[in-house]
Amino acid sequence: MKRWLPLIIFAVLVGFFAKGLFLNPREVPSPFIGKAAPAFTLPMVGQADKTFSPADMKGKVWLLNVWAPWCVSCRQEHGVLMALAQSQPVPIVGLNWKDKAREAEQLLAQAGSPYLAVPDDLSGKTGIDYGVTGTPETYVIDKAGIVRMKHVGPIDEKVWKEKFEPKLKELN
Amino acid sequence: MIPELGHFALIVALLLALTQATLPLIGAQRGNLTLMAVARPAAQGQFVFVAIAFGCLAWSFLHNDFSVENVARNSFSQLPEIYRFTATWGSHEGSMLLWALILAFWTTAVSVFSRHLPDDMVARVIGIMGLVSTGFLAFLLTTSNPFLRLLGDAMPADGRDMNPLLQDPGMVIHPPMLYMGYVGFSVAFAFAIAALLSGRLDAAWARWSRPWTTVAWAFLSAGIALGSWWAYYELGWGGWWFWDPTENASFMPWLAGTALIHSLAVTEKRGAFKAWTVLLALTAFSLSLLGTFLVRSGVLSSVHAFATDPARGAFILGFLAVVIGGSLALFAWRAPKMLTGGRFNWFSREALLLSNNVVLLAALGTVLLGTLYPLLIDALGMGKISVGPPYFNAVFVPVIAPALFLMGIGPLARWKEASLPDMVARLKWALAISLATGLLLPLTLKGFNAWASLGFSLSVWIALTVLIGFRERLKNGGRLAALPRAFWGMQLAHFGMALGVAGITLVANYQTERDVRMNVGDHAGLAGYTFTFRGTTDHVGPNYRAARGTIEVSEGEKPGGKKLFVLHPEKRIYNASGMAMTEAAIDPNFFRDVYVALGEPLNDQATTWVVRIFHKPFINWLWIGALFLAVGGFLAASDRRYRIAVQATAPSNAAAQGA
Repeated sequence: MKRWLPLIIFAVLVGFFAKGLFLNPREVPSPFIGKAAPAFTLPMVGQADKTFSPADMKGKVWLLNVWAPWCVSCRQEHGVLMALAQSQPVPIVGLNWKDKAREAEQLLAQAGSPYLAVPDDLSGKTGIDYGVTGTPETYVIDKAGIVRMKHVGPIDEKVWKEKFEPKLKELN
Repeated sequence: MIPELGHFALIVALLLALTQATLPLIGAQRGNLTLMAVARPAAQGQFVFVAIAFGCLAWSFLHNDFSVENVARNSFSQLPEIYRFTATWGSHEGSMLLWALILAFWTTAVSVFSRHLPDDMVARVIGIMGLVSTGFLAFLLTTSNPFLRLLGDAMPADGRDMNPLLQDPGMVIHPPMLYMGYVGFSVAFAFAIAALLSGRLDAAWARWSRPWTTVAWAFLSAGIALGSWWAYYELGWGGWWFWDPTENASFMPWLAGTALIHSLAVTEKRGAFKAWTVLLALTAFSLSLLGTFLVRSGVLSSVHAFATDPARGAFILGFLAVVIGGSLALFAWRAPKMLTGGRFNWFSREALLLSNNVVLLAALGTVLLGTLYPLLIDALGMGKISVGPPYFNAVFVPVIAPALFLMGIGPLARWKEASLPDMVARLKWALAISLATGLLLPLTLKGFNAWASLGFSLSVWIALTVLIGFRERLKNGGRLAALPRAFWGMQLAHFGMALGVAGITLVANYQTERDVRMNVGDHAGLAGYTFTFRGTTDHVGPNYRAARGTIEVSEGEKPGGKKLFVLHPEKRIYNASGMAMTEAAIDPNFFRDVYVALGEPLNDQATTWVVRIFHKPFINWLWIGALFLAVGGFLAASDRRYRIAVQATAPSNAAAQGA
C-alpha cells in the first residue's frame, strides 16, 4: 500500500488541476454583487459642463464599462461594443478611467463611441469605489440600481452570448 | 523562408525524438545491440535540429521579421540588439523552445559522457529523455508553434515590444540558467527510471547519476539567485523574494534536488535508502514539470505568468499525468525489488542525512501546499483566496530551521554509528559560540528579536562547523589543496548557506525604508544618510523615454554632511507598449545597499515626486552565498573519483559485453 501512496497523491492533484484549468484565477467576485452601485457624479468627456450619475439610469438595466484609452484589451472589445450599440439591447456607459493624457475624446471621435455617456474618472476614485482591478471591466446594473454581475476582461461574442445575454434576459 | 526552415527543423527533431524514445528502449528490453546503438546518434541529431530551429527563431528576432507572429508580439524595431536576441525566449513559445533545446543539450551531454556505462543503461537513459523530449516538441508543434506567420494585411509595421520588465541584463542569463537546472533533473529522472526498468538499483547507479544531479542543482541554485536579484533591482519594490507561484515553481525542485543530492550520497557510499532516493529523483523532475504546468497553464495567477491558454494547459496536464503517473506506477510496481542495504545506528551520518531529507521534504510540502491552496479551494467551490508571504514566512522558516542545524552535524558524523558524547565534545564550543552570538548580537543592534537570534545562531553554527570540518581533515598533516574536490564543494556550499542565512536574517530584520514626498531641494534622512532630491531631467533611451532623477546622498541624517555619492533612479515609459517602468538606483557594497526608486510624480511639472528609499544591510551576502552554492556544486561534480570511475569501469564493461 505504502508504495502506491505517491501515485495516489499525484492522481488526486491531477484531478484538482484538471478542474483548475476551467477556473479563472483572475476573476475575483465583486463584493458589490447584490448591493447598490456606489453613487458618483462625474463630468462627461467632451461635455465638461454636463455630469453623469448612476441615478440618471434608474428604471433601466444598463452596463457600466470601465475602460481607458491606454488600455489595449479595451480596443479588442471596442468592436463588440460598437455592434451592441447598433443593435441596442442595453445602454452602455463607459467610465473613462485614469485617462491622464486626455485622449478619450479624440479616440472616440476617431473610432466611434459605443457609449450613451462617458463619465470621466481622472483621479480613479470612482474605480476604487467599484473595486476595479484593471481595465476593461463591465458591471451589469439593474433597474433598481443594484449591481447584478461583474465581468473582468474584454467582452467577446462568446462571453456576451454565454454570460451577458442570459443575465439581461433575467433582469428585463 | 528562415522561419519555415525552423519549423521544418522542429518537425525533424520530433521525428528523431520519437526514434530516440522507442528503438533504444525496445533494444534494451530485448538485448538488441543494434537498436540500442540508435540512442546516441538520434539524441545528437535531435539536438542539432532543435538548435537549428532555435537559431532560425533567433534570426527572425534579430532581423525584425514581423511577419512571424511571435516576433511581432514580443519584439520591436527599436529594441537593442541584445534584447532582440533574448526576446527569443521572452515569450511562451520561445521559452518552451529553449526548454526543448536545453533538454536536447543534456541528452547529448549524456550521450558523450557515458562511454563507461553499460550499453543497455545508456540506451534506457537516452530513451527516457527522448520520451520527455517527444512530449515537449509535440507540445510546441501542436499548441505553441513559434514560427506561425502573419501574412498580408495581418503583418504589422512594427512589433508590440518585449515586456519592459524583461529588458534587463539579468534576463539575458536567468532563464537559460534556470532551465539548465530544471531540465538537468531530467538526467537523474532518466537514470532512476532506467534503474527501475532494469531492476539494477545498486551503488553504481547512484554514482552515475550523482555528478549530473549536482551540476543541475548548481545551475538551478544560480538561476534562482539570479531571478531573485533581478526581481530585487528591477521591480523597484526592494523585495528579493515574493513567494510568487512562479518563484515557488523553481524553489520546489530546488528543495527536492537538495534532498536528492544528499540522499544519493548515502546510496552511493552505503547502499542505503535506495527506494527513497529513486522517489526523490522522480519527485525533483516531476516538480520541474509541475512548475512548467503551473506557470504555462494559467491555473494560478502570478505576476510572471505569460500566455494563458486552456488548450496548452490541457496538453501539459495530460503530459504530466503520463510522465509522472507512469513513473510513480513503475516505482510502486518495482519498489519491492529494492532491498535496503547498509544497516545503520539511529545516530550516524545516514540517520542525520535521512532526518535532513525529511525536514527538507516537509519544507517542500509547506511551499507546495501554499502554492496550490488557492487552486484547491477554488476547485472545491469554497471561494477565492490568495496565500501570501505571511503564510510562507510563518510556516517555512520554522520548518527549515532544523535542517540548517542538522547541516552542521551531518558532515562531521561517522557513517554507520557515531558517538553522541564524542560529537558533543567536538562541537560544544561551536554550539556555545553560535548560541551566544544569537543571543547577544541582536542586543547590540536593535534589542532582542527571536527571529534574528535564530538566524544568527544558525548562520554562525554552520560557518563554525565548516571550519571544524577543515581542521579535522588537516589534523594529521596534509594540505588544503590536497583535499578532494567533493569535500571542498560540500564545504563551500555549506558555507554559502551560512552567508545566505546571515544575509537574509540581517535584511529581513534590520532593513529600513521610507516613502517620502520630495520637492526639488528637499532632504530626507535614513540609516545614517541624507538624501537630497535635485529634480529630474528628461532622458531618451533607445526604445523609451525616461524621467531621470538625481539624488545626492551625504553622510549623517542631517543635511550638510560630506557628500558621498549620487544616484539616478529612472521612471521609464516604453514607446511601443506605453508601459511605465521603475528603474531603481542602487549603491551596493559588501555591507549594505542604498536603494532609491522613483514613485509617482505628484504634479504636472514633475517637480514633486514620491521617492522610495531603502537601506538594506548585508543583502548582497544572499547572492554571494548563492554563488558559493553554485561553485560548490560544480566543484563537487568535478571530483577526481568520478573521473577515476570512468577509467576503472570502462574495461570491465567491455569484458562483460565480450563474454
